[in-house]
Amino acid sequence: MAGFGTLALAACLFAPLVGSTRIHLSAVFDRSMPYADNIDAQIFFVARLPRVLAALLVGSALALSGVVFQALLRNPLASPDTLGVSAGASLGAMMAITFTFSFSLLGISAVPLASFAGSLGALTIVYGLSTARRRGTSAIVLLLGGVTVQALLSAVIAFVQYLADFTQTFRNVRWLMGSLDVASYAPIGAALVPMAIAWAGFATLPRVLDLISLGSESAAARGVNVERTERVALVSASLATGAAVSLAGPVSFVGIIVPHLVRLIVGADHRLVLPASALFGGAFLIGCDLVARTIIAPLELPVGIVTAIIGGPVFLWLLFRRA
Amino acid sequence: MLAATDISFAYGRRTRHGPANRLRQGSGAQEAGHYVLQDYVLQDVSIEVEHGTIVGLLGPNGSGKTTLLRVVAGILPPLSGRVLISGQPIEQLTRRELARRVAVVPQETHSTFDFSVMDMVLMGRYPHLGPFELEGAADQEIAREALMATGTAALETRAFATLSGGEKQRVIIASALAQASEMLLLDEPTAALDLGYQFEIAALLRRLNAERGTTMIVSTHDLNLAAALCEHIVLLKGGRVLAHGPTKDTLTAENIRWLYDVDADVQFHQRAGHLTVVPIARAY
Repeated sequence: MAGFGTLALAACLFAPLVGSTRIHLSAVFDRSMPYADNIDAQIFFVARLPRVLAALLVGSALALSGVVFQALLRNPLASPDTLGVSAGASLGAMMAITFTFSFSLLGISAVPLASFAGSLGALTIVYGLSTARRRGTSAIVLLLGGVTVQALLSAVIAFVQYLADFTQTFRNVRWLMGSLDVASYAPIGAALVPMAIAWAGFATLPRVLDLISLGSESAAARGVNVERTERVALVSASLATGAAVSLAGPVSFVGIIVPHLVRLIVGADHRLVLPASALFGGAFLIGCDLVARTIIAPLELPVGIVTAIIGGPVFLWLLFRRA
Repeated sequence: MLAATDISFAYGRRTRHGPANRLRQGSGAQEAGHYVLQDYVLQDVSIEVEHGTIVGLLGPNGSGKTTLLRVVAGILPPLSGRVLISGQPIEQLTRRELARRVAVVPQETHSTFDFSVMDMVLMGRYPHLGPFELEGAADQEIAREALMATGTAALETRAFATLSGGEKQRVIIASALAQASEMLLLDEPTAALDLGYQFEIAALLRRLNAERGTTMIVSTHDLNLAAALCEHIVLLKGGRVLAHGPTKDTLTAENIRWLYDVDADVQFHQRAGHLTVVPIARAY
C-alpha cells in the first residue's frame, strides 16, 4: 500500500517536470526566488499540475468504479466501459456541452450533473435488466445489456453530434476520445464535489464488497444490509464515473485493467484493493497522459488513445491468463 | 429454541435484498390479496426446533425447502407468520444481531476473486466487528479453531478456488462456525459432493452437534443422510408441511410415497445403526 502511495505521489511530482520546456523540481520549490519570477514554478503549478491532478482524479475514479462494479456484480468483466456507464455519462455531458445547459445543484455545475444523470440512467437500465429475473444477477444478460446500451447510446451521441455545428463537432470528437486537456483548476474544482461524495460512499464499502462478492444471500446471512449497500455502491460508482467523464471524456480500459493488476499484487481483500486501485489508477493515468503529450510532441494525443493501446493488450493478456 | 409459525411466502414483492418479479395477477385462479394462491411457495408452514437438535427438511424440488431456510434466516421476510428465536421475533433484530444467532451454509459458494481459505473463514466474523474494525488476534484465533473443527487447518493459506468440492464445503462450514451463532442452517450441504465427502460432511455435522451443541436445520434430498443425522424431520410438499416428528416415526415408506411418488423400502439397518431407505421404483 505504501508502495502504491509512493508511486502516485512520485507521478504527481515528476510528471509535471516533463514537457516541451524542461523544468527542475529543485527550481520549482526554490524559496529564494519570488513566485512571480520563478518561471519553473509557474510552469509547474499553472501549466502542468492541473492536468496531472485531473489525471489522478479521473484515473482513481474510474479504477474505483471498476472495482465496485466487479465485486457487486460478481463479474470480473464489469467496468464503467463494458456496462455502458461511461457511454451514458458521455451522452449526458455532451448534451450539456452542446446545448449549453446552465443549471447547478449543491455547487455541482451542469456538465458533471448531466454526466452523472447519464451514467446512473445507463446503469439503471443494464442493472435492472440483469436483475429482472428472480435469481440474482445474470452475467450474460449483464454484459450483453452493457454492450447493447453502449451501442444504443453511441448512436444517440452521433445524433447529438450531427445537430451540433462543425467546430463543436470537432471538439466533441476530440473529447469522446478521452482527453485531459485541462489547463486550470476550475474544472477540477467542479468535479471535486461529486467525487468527494462518491469517495464517502466508497469508504463504507470495502469489507462489505468482500462478502457481497460471494453472493448476496450469503452476505445477507452474515449481517450485510445488501439492498442499502447496492444502492450506495451503484450511486457512488455512477457519481465517480460521471465526474471522471465530465472532466476527461470516456477514457477507456482504466476501470477494467487497473483493478485486475492491483488484485494480482495485493490479493482479493477489498480493504486493500479499493485504496490501492485508487492510487494505482491515478498513477497509471498520469503515466499514460505523460506518454500522450510527449510521444509526438509538440502535438498532444488524446489520452484515451494511449490507455486503449496499452489497456487492450493488457486486458487480452489477463483474459488469456484466466483461461 | 426456534419456532416458525404459520409462515406463508410468495415471491413477487420487493424483498429485503432486491426486487423480485411482479406476480401475474389472477386469471380466474383463486386469489388471496394480491397474490395468486398457486404462486405461494410456502403456506402456513410451522416448525419447531429444540435447542441442540438436528432437524432434517425433506421434500421434492420446488417444495419450498430453500425458501423456508431463507425465511428462518431472515433473508426473506414472510408474507404472514413469524419466526421466533428464543421467544424473540427475528424482525426485531438487526441484520447483524440476527447473523450472530443464525448462520447459513448455502448449497454452493463461488468465489469470483482469489480469496484464501483464511480470508473466507474470517468473513464469518463480520457481524461481530464494528464498521471499520479489522479482525484482531481473537478473531484469528476463532477462525483457526473453526478450521481445526472442520479438519481444514492445513488448507489455511490455500486459495479457496483451488479446493475440491468437499474441502470447499468444509471451509464454508468453518466460516459459518466462525460466525459463532447458536444455530446453523444448511441447504443441501452434500448435494454437490461424492459419496466419500457426503460421509465426511455428515460426520462433521454430527460431531459439531455433539461437541458444541450447535442446533441445525439441514435441508437435503438424501434420505439416508437425514436418517443418520436428524432426530426430527419435517416433510415439505408444495409449500405445506406434509408430516413432521421424530425421524423413526416420520421417515416411513408411506410418507416417502406421498412425498416423492416413489416406492421405497425403509428398514432399520443393524450395521449402520439407523433407518435406511432403499428406493425401488416410481409409483403414482
